[in-house]
Amino acid sequence: MIFLDHLINGLSLGSIYAIIALGYTMVYGIAKMLNFAHGDVIMVGAYIAFCGLQYWGLPPVAAFLLSMLFCTLLGVTIEGFAYRPLRQAPSLAVLITAIGMSYLLQNIALMIWGANPKSFPTTFINGSNIRLGQLNISSATLVTILANVVIMITLTLFTSRTKLGKAMRCVSEDRGAAELMGINVNRTISLTFAIGSALAAIAGVLLCSSYPILQPTTGSMPGIKAFTAAVFGGIGSIPGAMLGGILLGVIEIFGKAYISTELGDAIVFAVLIVVLLVKPAGLLGKPMREKV
Amino acid sequence: MTKAKRKRLIYCLITYALVIGAYIILQNMIGAKAISRSLKGLLVPICAWIIMAVSLNLVIGFSGELSLGHAGFMSIGAYSGAIVSGWLLAAFDMQDPTLRLTLAVVMGGIIAGIFGVLIGIPVLRLRGDYLAIVTLAFGEIIRNLVNVLYVGTADGRLHFAFLNKKLPEDVIMLVDGAKGAVKIKPISTFTAGFVLVMITLIIVLNLVNSRAGRAIQATRDNRIAAESMGVSVTKYKMMAFVTAAVLAGMAGALYGLNSSTVVPTQFTFNQSINVLVFVVLGGLGNVLGSVISATFLTVLPEVLREFADFRMLVYAVVLILVMIFTNNPLLRSVFSRAFAPVKSLFRKSKPAKTEMKGGQAQ
Repeated sequence: MIFLDHLINGLSLGSIYAIIALGYTMVYGIAKMLNFAHGDVIMVGAYIAFCGLQYWGLPPVAAFLLSMLFCTLLGVTIEGFAYRPLRQAPSLAVLITAIGMSYLLQNIALMIWGANPKSFPTTFINGSNIRLGQLNISSATLVTILANVVIMITLTLFTSRTKLGKAMRCVSEDRGAAELMGINVNRTISLTFAIGSALAAIAGVLLCSSYPILQPTTGSMPGIKAFTAAVFGGIGSIPGAMLGGILLGVIEIFGKAYISTELGDAIVFAVLIVVLLVKPAGLLGKPMREKV
Repeated sequence: MTKAKRKRLIYCLITYALVIGAYIILQNMIGAKAISRSLKGLLVPICAWIIMAVSLNLVIGFSGELSLGHAGFMSIGAYSGAIVSGWLLAAFDMQDPTLRLTLAVVMGGIIAGIFGVLIGIPVLRLRGDYLAIVTLAFGEIIRNLVNVLYVGTADGRLHFAFLNKKLPEDVIMLVDGAKGAVKIKPISTFTAGFVLVMITLIIVLNLVNSRAGRAIQATRDNRIAAESMGVSVTKYKMMAFVTAAVLAGMAGALYGLNSSTVVPTQFTFNQSINVLVFVVLGGLGNVLGSVISATFLTVLPEVLREFADFRMLVYAVVLILVMIFTNNPLLRSVFSRAFAPVKSLFRKSKPAKTEMKGGQAQ
């Protein structure tokens, strides 16, 4: 029973990582850049939801939708102002810009909301516990796992069935050819950022429902872990991000429960290293062929 | 002497001259008490960050591998340095700070180098972003491990414990888990920092201008071409990686012995990123650029102190703007046109001919 408990907690944490990792992996697949500011968009999303609930007295659903809307706009704005001028620049320059963006978001949050941790209010997500036989599952866990499943199905359908989704896949495969076929590359990249940032807002709300401490650095560690998860599953691959995120969460919870609490993170990263050594392109990533 | 060779020599000499000049000026300013306290306290950290930036530049700029775990080596160096220095003082009653610092720095370098080899073997099999994420993972693992490390000294011997504090009773604690390395006697000096910076510059500049250095750059420019010319890619990538690790370890020991405690949270992923920012802002493969940007960006938050809460905000904005202005082709052409009259003053030969060629090619 304890084992099952840990497994469910792991799945829940893993679902959060997976939702964040989706943002990383989609942006990487299309814009070929590591968006380091993604973790901080999560934090902003959580803060907006917090304000909606705490200060503006919005109903939870409205607060969450507002947070998603805000993050979508934020993501598109960041892309337009900071990343678009650097489309042709070397990838390291874009990486540093993303890091600068991450600092910027953290410090703006610090100025607006202060350094003191805020406690995220209780909503329908984390309000109750559900008893299943001997298992006692918090509703936050269930909602997180359900949200993950819904997002996974929607995204898969979106990328495989819709015109916009197909355009996204084209751009990620060959930007030049996609442009020649009449796809608006800039708009597609903006769309990717919009989707990724909306997912980040969802992840922020879910993260703070399970771990209700909110401060300007809340997003950075989950961000790094989710980035790891995206690489773990094979960066650029949507099912890979899902798989990587869930596995990472389960490994983290089991490592903390059965091996050592202090070394939980070390275990996660050690597993990552071993996997990458055996499969250098991640679990579901396609190995890159070099042409001479 | 060929023209390219002379150019490289002049570049090296300018680098050395600038560092030595800065040292002499600062020493005189300290002597004349013309330097503020906060800036004086920054001198040793600046030296440490210069070494970090130059050594990371060796990995990223010259060997072309993105490493995100450089602070891990620094923390190994800082811990080893603190342990060695504390142990020498407690066990052998070695009072001479210079000797203790030297031994601590050497030991920090050696141990970081050993870790560099151990980490380099698996890491350098990977490429690109995967290599980056694995170095990040190693950095985090190192931080996690020192978080549960306990070291004490008793009767001239070192006692190590891991995860739990199982040390003898009468032990003098040197490293105390999450509290970090405690009760360090600060022995780092600006002169020591300057000497280390010079050693680093001599090592790195000589390495990159040697046969091995050219091999390292060849593996960066085209791995397959280098391999088919008989350059052992693994060997030379390893050489760059381990050299950088040793230098980072030395910088760590210098940095750690500058204050009374060293805590694991000082060497997080963010610290690795900071060094990366120094390197990229200074220019990849540009050693002098790393020195200047490390100095400037270490002093900048201190200068911005009057803005108090805004200083990191300003720092972030400066970072983004600099990256956009230096990398956007449109803005760049505007800049180069604006600076063209200034540039032509420094140019000896007439550039008109080459410009015309460029115009025709377009």
